Amino acid sequence: MKNFKMSIAAMLLLAVSFTNAQEKEKMNHDHGTMKMDHSKMMNMKSDAKAETLLNDYFNLKDALVADDTKKAAIVGAKLAASLKAFEASSYTAEEQKELADIIEDATEHAEHIAKSEIAHQREHFKTLSKDISDLIAITGTKSTLYEQFCPMYDGGSSWLSTSNQVRNPYYGSKMLKCGKVKKTIN
Amino acid sequence: MKIVKIIALILVVAFVGIQFMPTERNKNDIVPPTDFMLVNDVPNDIKNKLQISCYDCHSNNTQYPWYNKVQPVAWFLENHIKNGKAELNFNEWGDYSNRRKKSKLTSIINQIEDGEMPLASYTFIHKDAAFSKAEKRELIQWVEQLKDSI
Repeated sequence: MKNFKMSIAAMLLLAVSFTNAQEKEKMNHDHGTMKMDHSKMMNMKSDAKAETLLNDYFNLKDALVADDTKKAAIVGAKLAASLKAFEASSYTAEEQKELADIIEDATEHAEHIAKSEIAHQREHFKTLSKDISDLIAITGTKSTLYEQFCPMYDGGSSWLSTSNQVRNPYYGSKMLKCGKVKKTIN
Repeated sequence: MKIVKIIALILVVAFVGIQFMPTERNKNDIVPPTDFMLVNDVPNDIKNKLQISCYDCHSNNTQYPWYNKVQPVAWFLENHIKNGKAELNFNEWGDYSNRRKKSKLTSIINQIEDGEMPLASYTFIHKDAAFSKAEKRELIQWVEQLKDSI
């Protein structure tokens, strides 16, 4: 009998602590979403995963500016991984379809950059740049970007930069400052 | 002398042995409606050129030469075809999004311009697959047009 009472008490205790824990979790959760809403309000359009891959893209651009094939290959592989990790579920169905197209194409270019020599890397960088700029047209970004343009490379080619100073990723040291700012984004 | 004979014997046995290793054959008589030639309006000379120079590795149907039945050549080719199809499969053209189509056409132009494609190891045996300068120009011009139309 005593044993029975004890086990009932134990069960009750367990049940109480369980609900309590759940409550706590819920509270934490609420807190979490509240926080997220808040940060969303702070910068209207920003997607952490988009920022990550954008960051990889700029590292890639800098490697090409520096004529550094090896680094470009490493960053290219990293960019491919970031692209694959991109999460599109918070966008509208139409945007999701467009994003899926962009990601598929961009991933292929990034993967090629990871295993090519510099001339090839630059060829792929051109189409990749178009993909990335279409991507941020949807996701937005918290930083100010500059679309720059080199009229000489492959009948005219664009790229994105965080600085308004022109450093040409298509020619590197050969024609470092060739090009102009075409558009300011944000 | 005896050692040379033994080594030769081992090599012969190995060579015969690997002939029994299976390879995946890239053969398919059905041309799907998504094929490049069915989706696009391709002039005959361009069509022939693409089929002779590209389709062996960039479609689901390879015209196998006799020596492909001999190992280890078959493995070497199998690998090329697998990679080639992963990069670009003309049979699946219609399934690519417009963005991908443009992207693929850009790569086609770059590869032909740079002389990377068709592969030297391929044109070495398939003499008719190589592009003359005039053919290159004609092909690139046509692909540029197609790209602009998408």
